[in-house]
Amino acid sequence: MNITRFVIPLLAASMLGAPVTLHAQSQPATEEIAPVDAIIDIQHVVSPGGIEAWLVQDNTIPFMAIEMWFDGGGSLDRPGARGATNLMMALLEEGTADMDAQAFATAQEGFAASFGFDTYRDEVAISARVLTQNRDDALALLRDAMVAPSFAPSALERVRQQVISGIEFDLTDPDTISGLTFNALAYGDHPYATSLDGTVESVAALTRDDIIAAHRSALVRDRVSVGVAGDITPEELGPLLDDLLGDLPDSDLPLPEQATFQAPGGIDVVDMAVPQSSVLFGNQGISRDDPDFFPYFVMNQILGAGGYRSRLNQEVREERGLTYGISTWTALSDYIAMHQGAFSSSNDLVAQAVEVVLTEWEDLSANGVTAQELEAAQRYMTGAYPLRFSGNGSIAGTLAAMQADDMPIDYINTRNARVMEVTLEDIQRVAERVINPETLQFVVVGQPEGLEPSN
Amino acid sequence: MFRRLGLAFAMALAPLSAQATGEITDFTLDNGLQVVVVEDHRSPSVTHMIWYRAGAADELPGQGGVAHLLEHLMFNGTDELAPGEFSETVEANGGSDNAFTSWDYTAYHQTVAADRLGLMMQMEADRMRDLVLVPEEVVTEISVVLEERAQRTDGSPGALFNEQMSAAFYRNHPYMRPIIGWRHEIMGLNIDMLQDWYDLHYHPNNAILVVSGDVTPEEVRALAEEHYGPIPANPDIASEEARVRPSEPPQNALRRVTYEDPRVANPYMSMLFPVDDAMVSDVRSAATMELLRAVLSDSDFTSVFARELQIENEVSLFAAAYYNATSLDHRPFTLLNMPVPGRSLEQAEADIMGVIGDFLNDGIDQAAFDRIQFQWQASQIYAQDDAAGQARSLGTALTTGFTVEDWESWLDITATITPDEVMEMARTLFAQEPAVIGHITRPAPADEEVSQ
Repeated sequence: MNITRFVIPLLAASMLGAPVTLHAQSQPATEEIAPVDAIIDIQHVVSPGGIEAWLVQDNTIPFMAIEMWFDGGGSLDRPGARGATNLMMALLEEGTADMDAQAFATAQEGFAASFGFDTYRDEVAISARVLTQNRDDALALLRDAMVAPSFAPSALERVRQQVISGIEFDLTDPDTISGLTFNALAYGDHPYATSLDGTVESVAALTRDDIIAAHRSALVRDRVSVGVAGDITPEELGPLLDDLLGDLPDSDLPLPEQATFQAPGGIDVVDMAVPQSSVLFGNQGISRDDPDFFPYFVMNQILGAGGYRSRLNQEVREERGLTYGISTWTALSDYIAMHQGAFSSSNDLVAQAVEVVLTEWEDLSANGVTAQELEAAQRYMTGAYPLRFSGNGSIAGTLAAMQADDMPIDYINTRNARVMEVTLEDIQRVAERVINPETLQFVVVGQPEGLEPSN
Repeated sequence: MFRRLGLAFAMALAPLSAQATGEITDFTLDNGLQVVVVEDHRSPSVTHMIWYRAGAADELPGQGGVAHLLEHLMFNGTDELAPGEFSETVEANGGSDNAFTSWDYTAYHQTVAADRLGLMMQMEADRMRDLVLVPEEVVTEISVVLEERAQRTDGSPGALFNEQMSAAFYRNHPYMRPIIGWRHEIMGLNIDMLQDWYDLHYHPNNAILVVSGDVTPEEVRALAEEHYGPIPANPDIASEEARVRPSEPPQNALRRVTYEDPRVANPYMSMLFPVDDAMVSDVRSAATMELLRAVLSDSDFTSVFARELQIENEVSLFAAAYYNATSLDHRPFTLLNMPVPGRSLEQAEADIMGVIGDFLNDGIDQAAFDRIQFQWQASQIYAQDDAAGQARSLGTALTTGFTVEDWESWLDITATITPDEVMEMARTLFAQEPAVIGHITRPAPADEEVSQ
């Protein structure tokens, strides 16, 4: 989940004539993060001060991208301070000890640098894109935002109001409501059960001390993963890492415990006056360190991971026209692995669409997949993998994510072979293990016709 | 430690090294197919795009949505490919594909390993002339498009408001219609309309091929000659200059739009100011209008609206200006203001026009202008990181009345535009009354019952 500082009205896209696309945007597949390509050479860099980074050096274009992921993220919010980490991250570009928000932005714009500050449930991410010609000055500015933010009371109140208006907007969005409802059903008292944005009430109650505490706990040097791509050498990168991160403290809070999936299964309906129902469904999945992970990953590709040919796309969209887009994904959060999917269907069609999904669930569980399906999925997955690599910014993010997920630096060289090793028997075993129509939990937000809550 | 800030930094771009990436080449086949190549040899992939100079604003009255519906059906088979085989073949080769429709163009694209470019061209050339439309598939796809409309438009108060704003702004021009179409017209589309649309527009002399990635112009030319070259030009296709649509009469009556929806979280207002040939007629004037938009609203902190409305006076949650120059016919210059809770939309109108009034008096801060210019020049460095994005930008320009030369010179021309030129544009633009003022808000609550 990204921070929503304020709701940018849709006028831009629609009035400007943003095109209408064929396929709905796929849901994020959090597994698929690492590009493989023989020509990509990842260098392991250790700074003089002991900070590690992965670097893909490419001096073709005179800029570099850096991404820093700090484990913990929104899940580190203290009791009674839900939303503190998210609000803190939104305040980092609002000024430092030396300069107010406008002075900070003026300096950043003068360097033509862009900085990103994002909060996710397992980590906060800070990213930057800087020109080679002013790299040191631009990153000195970023360093001040990370290490010495001012959290000025005037900025706190303004951004607090923006965050609250974003939460209010989200509460009118059926997709958000389905997510909030699912998480509340699924995760008990784990931080995953509630939104990292906080609620209108919890954000209204946050104090400056809450923000300072969240900053102290989130940006810690012993939990950072750094990815860098572009126009910089390892020799240049080392000292830069120490300048950027060396003054951060070590962690002061434990990481969250594992979550357990507690949803009862069945269909939960949330009434909302919208013409089309938003559906989120899911069950516990398989984590990356499980021996069955790759069969599970390939199985999901065949079932619903975007793509024209997936079973769910064929049955729900192509055959019956019940939705604009349906997909499933392997949500590999740090403290639970989930298998989830989503679609939207008009209120009069959604019951039929749910029925088709359940039928596919039963079929996959009972019969597995065909040899043709497996071969096609393997061809797609291994062929597409090298193409995912494009652009310094996305490479830097990939490198940081791989480290945050404790993936080995040679993962990219072994990944395709492991996809190819998957057999029909593997998928049959995994389908029996995780594809269970009885425990599959649906949340339907809208006014679905002929769909009774069943849990 | 880093050097501290405060040193004067020179805002001039360091010279670029010899271009290993980003090289643009263009040529035209004998059958009129225009071809543009954007080279990027950093990774072994290629993006293949075919753009047609036909979009929703070219549809016949009563057939709104036919351009977009046909775009969906272009994946449903030809004389050589079974329904779905196009996307299946792309996927089997590890690629991804999609398509999009706008008012001025329809485009199809695939991203694959560079050595599969010929296969993509073979299939795309096949469906340029040999599409097979099947009645049952049309019925199913109309259902999919209705779901798409429900998801993107009907499910979003802001999108519904925008439709009404466009419908109110244009009195004669087809930009008044949504790209996806009005629901009742989508339901009335049929196979004959689709076939007529396809036969009229899908020809090589009405298309632009844009290839980006790990390819050379020579390779692209050879493959394009092989696959697209044999398709004959259609002599009935009008030239780009002849792509004439109903035009707008002068603005002389303010329209007010009020859209109420219980799903609105934060009410806002928008104002549409007309742009005409006297204001924007070439790259320089288009870029000047874009700079005006940037000065007013590009930065969340330092631009005119952010400073005056959000930070210093704290009367807005969000305020912005929008303008799109890459459009075949003129689009409005739009102001938007979302007031802080408790402040009315009437006050929001007055607030943003007050800022415009002050801006017209005070002019542009030179330092702020220099920063915007520097950021725009730097954007050409960052843009090289995304060859597919450059391909898309080129395709948009070439289907909206600009040339490759226009596109390539855009930033150089922008660099020579002065604050005085931007202010003159602002004075002309804002000397007009807005054509439409819109409010999007929640319904007023029912009168509270008087308790006993």
